[in-house]
Amino acid sequence: MNAALTASLQWQNVCHRKDLVPHSGIAVMLGKEPVAVFWLPGHDTELYAIGHTDPFSGSEVLAHGILCESQGIWSVASPLYKQHFRLDTGRCIETPDVGVDVWAVRMEQDWVQIGKVLIG
Amino acid sequence: MKKQLVVIGNGMVGHHFAEQWMASEMAADYELHVFAEENQRAYDRVHLSEYFEQQSSAHLQLGDDGFYALPGIHLHLNEAVITLDREAKSVTTAQGQYSYDTLVFATGSYPFVPPIDGRELDHCCVYRTLQDLDVIRASAQGATRGVVVGGGLLGLEAANALRMLGLEAHVVEFAPRLMPVQLDSDAGSLLRTKIEDLGVKVHTEKTTRKIIPGDEQRLRMCFADETYLETDLIVFSAGIRPQDQLAREAGLRLGERGGIAVDQHCRTSDPSIYAIGECAVWNNQQYGLVAPGYTMARVAAAHMIGNVGTTFTGADMSTKLKLLGVDVGSIGDAHGATPGALNYRYSNEIEGVYRRLVVSADGSKLLGAILVGDNSYYDTLLQYALNGIELPEYPESLILPESSGTGAPSLGASALPYEATLCSCHNVTKGDICEAMNDGAVSLSDIKSMTKAATGCGGCAAMVKTVFESELEARGVQVDKSICEHFSHTRQELFHLVKVEGIQTFDELIERHGQGGGCEICKPAVASILASVWNEHVHETKHLPLQDTNDTFMANMQKNGTYSVVPRIPGGEITPKMLIKIGEVGEKYNLYTKITGGQRIDLFGATLDELPLIWEELIAAGFETGHAYGKSLRTVKSCIGDTWCRYGVQDSMTMAIRLENRYKGMRSPHKVKMAVSGCTRECAEAQSKDIGVIATENGWNLYVCGNGGMKPRHADLFATDLDDETLIRYIDRVLMFYVYTADRLQRTSVWLENLQGGLKYLKEVVIEDSLGLAEELETRMQHIVDTYQCEWKTAINDSEKRKRFRSYVNASEPRKARIQLIEERGQLIPARMITEEEVA
Repeated sequence: MNAALTASLQWQNVCHRKDLVPHSGIAVMLGKEPVAVFWLPGHDTELYAIGHTDPFSGSEVLAHGILCESQGIWSVASPLYKQHFRLDTGRCIETPDVGVDVWAVRMEQDWVQIGKVLIG
Repeated sequence: MKKQLVVIGNGMVGHHFAEQWMASEMAADYELHVFAEENQRAYDRVHLSEYFEQQSSAHLQLGDDGFYALPGIHLHLNEAVITLDREAKSVTTAQGQYSYDTLVFATGSYPFVPPIDGRELDHCCVYRTLQDLDVIRASAQGATRGVVVGGGLLGLEAANALRMLGLEAHVVEFAPRLMPVQLDSDAGSLLRTKIEDLGVKVHTEKTTRKIIPGDEQRLRMCFADETYLETDLIVFSAGIRPQDQLAREAGLRLGERGGIAVDQHCRTSDPSIYAIGECAVWNNQQYGLVAPGYTMARVAAAHMIGNVGTTFTGADMSTKLKLLGVDVGSIGDAHGATPGALNYRYSNEIEGVYRRLVVSADGSKLLGAILVGDNSYYDTLLQYALNGIELPEYPESLILPESSGTGAPSLGASALPYEATLCSCHNVTKGDICEAMNDGAVSLSDIKSMTKAATGCGGCAAMVKTVFESELEARGVQVDKSICEHFSHTRQELFHLVKVEGIQTFDELIERHGQGGGCEICKPAVASILASVWNEHVHETKHLPLQDTNDTFMANMQKNGTYSVVPRIPGGEITPKMLIKIGEVGEKYNLYTKITGGQRIDLFGATLDELPLIWEELIAAGFETGHAYGKSLRTVKSCIGDTWCRYGVQDSMTMAIRLENRYKGMRSPHKVKMAVSGCTRECAEAQSKDIGVIATENGWNLYVCGNGGMKPRHADLFATDLDDETLIRYIDRVLMFYVYTADRLQRTSVWLENLQGGLKYLKEVVIEDSLGLAEELETRMQHIVDTYQCEWKTAINDSEKRKRFRSYVNASEPRKARIQLIEERGQLIPARMITEEEVA
């Protein structure tokens, strides 16, 4: 992520480290927006935040999908119809013109923070 | 008026002809009349003894139920043709007269009963039709011993049938050895030893002079050598004779030793009459096997529609079968009758195997072979013999055991010529398989449905699979059996690695045997394997990220992101009080409530936050999780059984509840459903389940590997009249073997269909313990039973685990408004998809 952009973000605590589940996801509310936060401890990028709502069903389910890796790219498989959404871009791998929003996310003193400016 | 085609006989060959005919373009121009002497339509005579095993003939029936209801076809059951008037071109039955334009004899053969005094006494039977079997069964009532006269192929089948009826079986053979036509003396004596080990008594070189009433038993057989044998019933199986009486009376030309003489188009001396199957002789030779009969049926049908290119000029009489569980194979010139023929023999009395090769004088071609004890060599040898393939430099390598223990050598499928026949029942060549693949067949089941290969006797199944896979490879299609990109292993291999190396976690497994980070295919598969082997709670931190959503939240996610809850109701038995409790919970949380197909109740529409609250109440009332979310045992459906039902013969309720409580929680490659019926009326529909149990007067019949769903499959009868404990032991073994060896998300039905050796193999593994695995399978199942926990009970008592059940970790309540519901018939169901504006 580019430093200038990072500086312009307003960080907001969404949950504590203890709320995260390793190698899996949880859902948080960011204002009125449901967001899925995924944690991959030990990887280059440990945290990802994407929209929680599955665009194919309109249901809030993405945080509960299984995390998948293929050729170094991580995605989450929607629990309903199994489409994969990239954690880094939010794009649907099977149908690239469909996607979900992506947020900047970081850990600050055991608090998970999401950057309030949309970067997706 | 349409032309009339009359077929006399509705045996296997007559039926095959009818199928061929109806598929031809000329079928529409004719009315087809089929006359059957027996009172039921065509059935599989090759597997006749299974009638005793299965207690019914339904599974032996040939063809679809609807076949004889097709327009233009008339099946006259129980209506024998009495006379044939060739001049008037008509046949007469007890019911009337029918004219024909073309007539086909498919009258088959009748059992030969040697002219022995006393052969007409009661309890002297033959073995040919289902009616004969009913007579044998009636005669077996109150009998202890039965004798089969004739030690050939059919005689040994009959001896097996007697054994299945619980009789002490004897075989009396005139020749010095068993199966004299197919086997030499070494093979015959080895076969004798093997079947005597099974308790069948064999008497060779015995000529029966007369049969008289017995002293100790019903009958006494007096032999030419002054000895005698007493028995309660006798089955004559001393060969077959062509059923040619009607043809003889009508003046058709017969063969030298009887049988209706036919030309290469299967036409008789009357050009409007054909004869096919065992009633026909070509070149004075009768063909007493089903495959040549089918060929004749096809040739006759082809000729009638004007195709003179297909001809019948003799047939290969090679056979491969399992007699009383013993492999026996005989190929081509098994006795080495060809001038100059040379032999290779391998005999191993310790392992009980014998193999003989008969090769041409120059050692280049295989003329014939004999196998006893291990038929895995058969397919390859048959291909060498049938296709005249050049033998390898050392032909003995084809029958010698390989020191590495890899078993029978196989002829590479690519070495087979295009015209090599793989399936002789349906005359399918390697070329036909390739053509089917050109036409888009991409799986073995496509091949089977498009070519019918391996759907007759099934003996060629392994060969067809090999050819199919090798063709796929030749076409550059990689036959990749890996479960996904992270593991180049099959599920079965992964299961084995986990068990043998004691691997406890996904990370450990992927580090040692895989690559990358895993995906939605391998993670749940490995989670299921770990659960099958170690049976830890799905919510252990190390297992949690592997689970499908349904397993993670122990509920079934529905289309709007809410969950449904299914408490276990073993056997569908529930007290009014518990029923009321479910109603109360449903009402309190405003859940949509429905009775499921598995005799329990599904509560829909719960949010994540509500799940632990709902379960707290259900568990307090005595409910347990129903595992509706897992690849595991769902329900054991049951009828009420003999506790209430006037027809019930066993307590199906108690058994169903026992089974459900035993196997609940067991993780398996796919879901498993069971049912128990209290009598043969089968109200619980057990034959459509993975494990089906049906009560009999004497215990339980066990059926395995059925399912409903997209491609329904009737379960196969596995074992009969079991007591409670044996039933449980067999189910333990079948299920665990399935857990050990099935592919990911493979139901038991598909698993069985893909299991090499099929049902027979499964029986060997489970009943005879051929792999020595039985004890391990039972122990592992017992471990799963002993470590069972209600996952919901564990979860609600653990505050860490409960934390998972939050719709949003930073908000105390789910925003119910986001889940829009509408009312229908007094309950709430999901509304259409909603827009952001509506929520706001």
